[in-house]
Amino acid sequence: MTAVTTTTTTAATTAAPAPPAAEEEHQVERRRRLSPGKRLPATRITGPLLVLALWAAASAAGRLDPGAIPAPWTVVETGVRLWNEGTLTDDVLTSLQRAGAGFAIGLTAGIVLALAAGLSRVGEALIDGSVQLNRAVPTLGLIPLFILWLGIGETFKIAIIAIVVYIPIYLNTHAALSGIDHRFVELAEVQGLSRSAFVRQVVVPGALPGFFVGLRLGVTGSWLGLVVLEQINATSGLGYMMFQAQNYGQTDVILVGLVVYGLFGLVSDTAVRAIERRVLSWRRTLSS
Amino acid sequence: MAPHTEQLTRPAVRLRGLTRAFEGRTVLDGLDLDLPAGQFTALLGHSGSGKSTLLRAIAGIDHGVAGSGTLTAPERVSVVFQDSRLLPWRRILPNVLLGLDGKDAGERGRAALAEVGLGGRERAWPSELSGGEQQRAALARSLVREPELLLADEPFGALDALTRIKMHALLRQLWERHRPSVLLVTHDVDEAIALADRVLVLEDGRIGLDLTVGRDGPHAHGEYRTRLLKALGVSDDAP
Repeated sequence: MTAVTTTTTTAATTAAPAPPAAEEEHQVERRRRLSPGKRLPATRITGPLLVLALWAAASAAGRLDPGAIPAPWTVVETGVRLWNEGTLTDDVLTSLQRAGAGFAIGLTAGIVLALAAGLSRVGEALIDGSVQLNRAVPTLGLIPLFILWLGIGETFKIAIIAIVVYIPIYLNTHAALSGIDHRFVELAEVQGLSRSAFVRQVVVPGALPGFFVGLRLGVTGSWLGLVVLEQINATSGLGYMMFQAQNYGQTDVILVGLVVYGLFGLVSDTAVRAIERRVLSWRRTLSS
Repeated sequence: MAPHTEQLTRPAVRLRGLTRAFEGRTVLDGLDLDLPAGQFTALLGHSGSGKSTLLRAIAGIDHGVAGSGTLTAPERVSVVFQDSRLLPWRRILPNVLLGLDGKDAGERGRAALAEVGLGGRERAWPSELSGGEQQRAALARSLVREPELLLADEPFGALDALTRIKMHALLRQLWERHRPSVLLVTHDVDEAIALADRVLVLEDGRIGLDLTVGRDGPHAHGEYRTRLLKALGVSDDAP
């Protein structure tokens, strides 16, 4: 028999039974670790901070063309100036209103359609095919048609954002609804649940994880739609501000716009994650 | 609860000519069966013999299965499945109370949990419970509805041997206290003899053997075992 010790301490070695032959005894050494090991602290912020430091250092050393990439502090100064003048606030509010209205409509439509298609066969027959077709057409390709139908005002922008948002929410929620474990349906029947209690206590909670996947895609989609719409067909909003800056060669203003878009995305994604963590708290016990 | 004499005269479950078929394959073939109220019955059979089909027919959850025959069952029926089927997004007490309402529901749920030995775990998530505890919670969920008929579909099949022994004792004890009619589907001959007062063997879509088990000592166990294994077509000392 071989003496097996997982550590090289003497206590472990002496505790091992006497080997029948001395040459058979060998110390077990730990295998080479193949997994990346322990996680470093503050992992997610390290990379961005490094990039920012490099950017600042290169700007300070005069190695970057200020016309192409202005220094970080120039971007901050421009942002503060635009904010104090009130133009940035107006543009941000306009953009937020568009994205918010479109997102709210898309969210509602996505949920209602997914529930209708997931809970009744008639609904499924009427809705699912149509949405799948709608999904096949890239939504941004609908812009020319929507301008002709709705004019170039706010309505068409909100409509496009709503479509960009509702599709992922519908698809993921519907998939989650149809994927609800049949055993739970059977359980609900056995326990004599009413249809509405079944929907509230089994269907909706069971579909929530899928819904949140769709929600996060929808939030991202609403910003994407917003950027495209504002840079092509707008006379106000953040995208318009950036488009104008491009005409006048104001790189710093463009960067301010990008930073604000980035903040929008970051804040909204963090908010959705926070809600998701609260609502799906029962899932944490599975992963921990 | 009805007096003892009435329990014997009026069956809780009555099946006449029950037939069920899946895609042309007849699983239950004109089955007749009476289950007296308050009796603990075990149903044995090979896998695919139709044990679960019968149980699901009695529970009324065999949607879309072709069949005929008459079937009467009590109003309050509970089912315990092989898996605990606790909703992962509900804590234990709300799981036990699923489909139950009324002011005293919470109190009854707590009492049922205490009875299966899970007092104090009301706020745990199902995933925090061991397999045996989850199945205890499932038992509490079926008990809290005060069933006249308890249908159990291999409820201990997924548990380890030691937990299973404890669960046998618990189920028998709960039955003695509440006296529902029990139909326990199992493939375990020893489990059937240990728990039930009557053991049925399902064979070719009918009741092949109907054995009354006396609780008069361990000497009879081997004899019952031999007879049941013979009915199941298994030799006791086969390798």
